[in-house]
Amino acid sequence: MRYVLIHVVDGDVELGAAGPAQVHADSGIWLEEMISRGVSQYGGRLRPAGDATTVRVRRGEVLIADGPFAETKEQVAGFDVIECADLGTALDVAARHPAARLGGIEVRPLWAS
Amino acid sequence: MTDASAAIAAAFHEEWGRVVATLIRTTGDWDLAEDCAQDAFAQAVRSWPRDGIPHRPGAWLTTVARNRALDRLRRSSTEAAKLHQVAALQPGGGSAGRPPGGDDGDGGEFPDDRLRLIFTCCHPALPLDARVALTLRTLSGLTTAEIARAFLVPEPTMAKRLVRAKNKIRNAGIPYQVPPPRLLPQRLTGVLAVLYLLFNEGYAASAGEGLIRESLCLEAIRLARALAQLMPGEREASSLLALMLLQHSRRLARVDAAGDLVTLGNQDRARWDRAEIGEALGLLEAIPPGPPPGPYQVQAAIASCHATAATPGDTDWATIAELYTVLAGLLPSPVVDLNRAVAVAMADGPAAGLRLLDALDPAGLAGYYLLPATRADLLRRLGRRDSAAASYREALALAPSGAERRFLVRRLDQVTSTG
Repeated sequence: MRYVLIHVVDGDVELGAAGPAQVHADSGIWLEEMISRGVSQYGGRLRPAGDATTVRVRRGEVLIADGPFAETKEQVAGFDVIECADLGTALDVAARHPAARLGGIEVRPLWAS
Repeated sequence: MTDASAAIAAAFHEEWGRVVATLIRTTGDWDLAEDCAQDAFAQAVRSWPRDGIPHRPGAWLTTVARNRALDRLRRSSTEAAKLHQVAALQPGGGSAGRPPGGDDGDGGEFPDDRLRLIFTCCHPALPLDARVALTLRTLSGLTTAEIARAFLVPEPTMAKRLVRAKNKIRNAGIPYQVPPPRLLPQRLTGVLAVLYLLFNEGYAASAGEGLIRESLCLEAIRLARALAQLMPGEREASSLLALMLLQHSRRLARVDAAGDLVTLGNQDRARWDRAEIGEALGLLEAIPPGPPPGPYQVQAAIASCHATAATPGDTDWATIAELYTVLAGLLPSPVVDLNRAVAVAMADGPAAGLRLLDALDPAGLAGYYLLPATRADLLRRLGRRDSAAASYREALALAPSGAERRFLVRRLDQVTSTG
């Protein structure tokens, strides 16, 4: 099954001096393993929510709004598309990503086709 | 006829979950599994009185249910993959066309898949209320209407909850398996919590709420017994069963003729269920000494101190106080601290209990009437009548209703009466 891991982190999270570098390094280790296992299909880091634009269409009219879909303290920071046997494996894979320590990772199955 | 009816009723309790669990494994389809299990029991109702009770009712029922699933899958060409799966699981091969005989099943051995089913129903990716409902539906065979009544929600609400849970299992790919060893302790804790919640839903109900709540207790005990048998090495599983049995053993004594709750110290101990107490004590004795006990083992040990006291005066309060200290370390909670203070007051006198109460953080117990009620009781026993009266009044302002209020009013009258 294919799942999307949506990295949700607190926008105010303090990484500390060694934080960002450590998280970056840990993400690299995670990605390398998941690619070699054939788990990771695609993924990426998102620029801050302030750079987001949301599009809605209402009554045929395109409404453009500055900012992310939901104005909350927690924001989507990145995502990975993974291929796993089942949710048990997907949760294991997600738990090992550093974003799970910083905030949380939403594990969402993709429609089959 | 009555023999067959009794056999069918017994088989329903014993085998429903087993049949459903096997069918889910072979077909991967939860609704189909339930429907076919239903059909198998319907067929038992028709044929057992006529043909006799099979030697192994479980194998008979599973065979009928599986054949029924085969029939239904054969009719739907789009389910070719599932059909392949079911056909591959013919025990001994080639017995597919044979109708179940009146004497026995077809001799096939079906592994017990109930553990997979329990762990899947109680998967943390499902909402808690759905875990409880799904466990009752698939493992216990309660109908949606019965589960709805037990949890006091409209039937369509409960039906939706079950459909959503099954959809999530399918769409999110929740695996149908016992979790691997490294996840097992945590996941088992989750399963035990669901079973205990089920028991407490039934047990906390007052007498007026009728039989369906009592049946929740019985289902919880049945499930805990099955779990303890399926996981014989898990001390917390057998401890939870023991804890439920010890609490359940007091069910007839804890409510008086008027329907009011009777406190432990005032219960007629002759009405305690000795068979349940005996089974529970046996379970606890069978636990080998070893690593420090878990929270259910400690709670069961506390309950067994009460169960083995012939009179309230014989209660080993010193041991209970020690056990509450252990429990507070495992499950820190202000309610556990309060219970510990009560036990210490019984073991070492009201002054010692009062010191512990005063050291409690009241924030965690805000609005909990038992805190001022306990303080009032200790003050009364110390002869500090004015302070006791003030605490009784505080407790009365918070007490829920009925029996608790009547009890507090009686005590308040006692400490404020002159002479």
